[in-house]
Amino acid sequence: MIRALVLLIALASPALAQETIVSGLSQNRVSITADFDGSEILIYGAVKRDAPAPDGKPLEVIITVEGPSTPVTVRRKARVAGIWVNNAEVRVDSAPSFYAVATTGPLRHILSETENLRHAITIERLIRAVGISAEAEQSGEFIPALLRVRTNEDRYRVLEGKVELTEDTLFRADVVLPANLTEGEYKVRLFLLRDKRVVAKQERLIGVRKEGLERFIFNLAQERPLIYGLISLALAALAGWGASAAFRLIRA
Amino acid sequence: MQLYLPIAEVSVNAFLILGLGGIVGFLSGMFGVGGGFLITPLLFFIGVPPPVAVATGANQVVASSISGVLAQLRRKGVDFHMGGVLLAGGIVGSAIGVWVFRLMTAAGQIDLFVQLSYVLFLGLIGAMMLQESLRSILRARKPGAPIRRSHVHSWVHGLPLKMKFRASGLYISVIPPLIVGALVGFLAAIMGVGGGFIMVPAMIYLLGMPTKVVIGTSLFQIIFVTAFTTVMHAVTSQTVDMLLALILILGGVVGAQIGTRVGVRLKAEQLRILLSLLVLAVAVRIAVDLLLQPGELYSVAPGVLP
Repeated sequence: MIRALVLLIALASPALAQETIVSGLSQNRVSITADFDGSEILIYGAVKRDAPAPDGKPLEVIITVEGPSTPVTVRRKARVAGIWVNNAEVRVDSAPSFYAVATTGPLRHILSETENLRHAITIERLIRAVGISAEAEQSGEFIPALLRVRTNEDRYRVLEGKVELTEDTLFRADVVLPANLTEGEYKVRLFLLRDKRVVAKQERLIGVRKEGLERFIFNLAQERPLIYGLISLALAALAGWGASAAFRLIRA
Repeated sequence: MQLYLPIAEVSVNAFLILGLGGIVGFLSGMFGVGGGFLITPLLFFIGVPPPVAVATGANQVVASSISGVLAQLRRKGVDFHMGGVLLAGGIVGSAIGVWVFRLMTAAGQIDLFVQLSYVLFLGLIGAMMLQESLRSILRARKPGAPIRRSHVHSWVHGLPLKMKFRASGLYISVIPPLIVGALVGFLAAIMGVGGGFIMVPAMIYLLGMPTKVVIGTSLFQIIFVTAFTTVMHAVTSQTVDMLLALILILGGVVGAQIGTRVGVRLKAEQLRILLSLLVLAVAVRIAVDLLLQPGELYSVAPGVLP
């Protein structure tokens, strides 16, 4: 009897995870070169099934793209003695430098709060700010302000309905990476959902790196700062002298 | 043409930067100011992060000052003795300024401190210069008015350690130029500028130097102060953006050459009125920012964990 039950469960459990993701990216590395002006990434994929698609709730897809996280300081201005000054700040332990979430429909209709907590899908779930309530009055307003500022900078985006799903099988989404990208590993996550619950999940990485001249200048500045400073000065001196000499020639 | 800046990590229009450098260089050649008080706020405005704007602005000022000094040198408009004494004071002042800058940064109020310094000093100096040059123009138009001597003897001339400054035609104590240099160096470090806009009126009104040598000597002194600042920033915070500096410089050195030639054609009073109006305009612009309610009360800055 017990053996039969175990067998039943063993047979039944693949049925729960019967849908898996097969995906691809238009590029898995982004090179920041001197003429870099943003980039568009195409994320596409298909749903692989061992059995016919289950009936009932429709299939939904959520795709997230997440840049490297850093600590940030959020400051608030207030009027003190007639002038506007920063008089309150909170330190946020970690916030992504870039975050886009693309979906097939409105997030609150396709994703339950428990699943959001578990998988950290909406941007609010990715910002870690422990103990900010002690740092400033009305500390609850700082995190929405951070989201607002970064949304205005095109760093945070919610692209509801921007994932195209065809025949409950093929899906694709375009995510535009802005020009002011931070270097690092960008994490792409793909979720399949049914009945507001995640049924399949996949993760991929996009490497964003400076290349060529950008790489050279950046490395020099970090690794040989004194030499870098002196080269900057030499260039400035040379340019100043060169312009002066050139103008004298023109006038002569 | 969009260009991605490796240190600032933003993409900017190369021609816009070239134009910015050109305009600032033009003004710097014309008035003998480094232009740091213009370039830094302008770079903020186009989205370059403030630390990169301050450090790269300093690098650009080095180039336009060298270009300007070379043009002045041929007109014998540089007093090297005076420049050296001012510089000696300037280095001391700048070291103290860097220390105060660090204290204010730790207190989290550096933005306000820098803005208030801009409003206070630019406003004060602009207003003083405007009033003085307007008065001298009015006096020149009135026939029979008493002729003002280029410099009057005062307590300044009673101080010890006198030295001859041949190019300026002065025989004064080295103490006032040392103090002036230190004061300018201090403010320069705090405001992230070369300090020419303070140095020029200080040399004219406090030291009584002839206008002919003021611009060249000021530029000469600025080269060293900003060169020092550039290397300091490159070493301590890696915020000098070479690519940004290079484009600013290309525009700036050409602008400075043209500016110097235009400056020669203008009368000293006219030059001073224009400079004072420019200085006042920047002061008013920053004051307005402080007085009006900003559209977004919150700001986000990359922060390190305590």
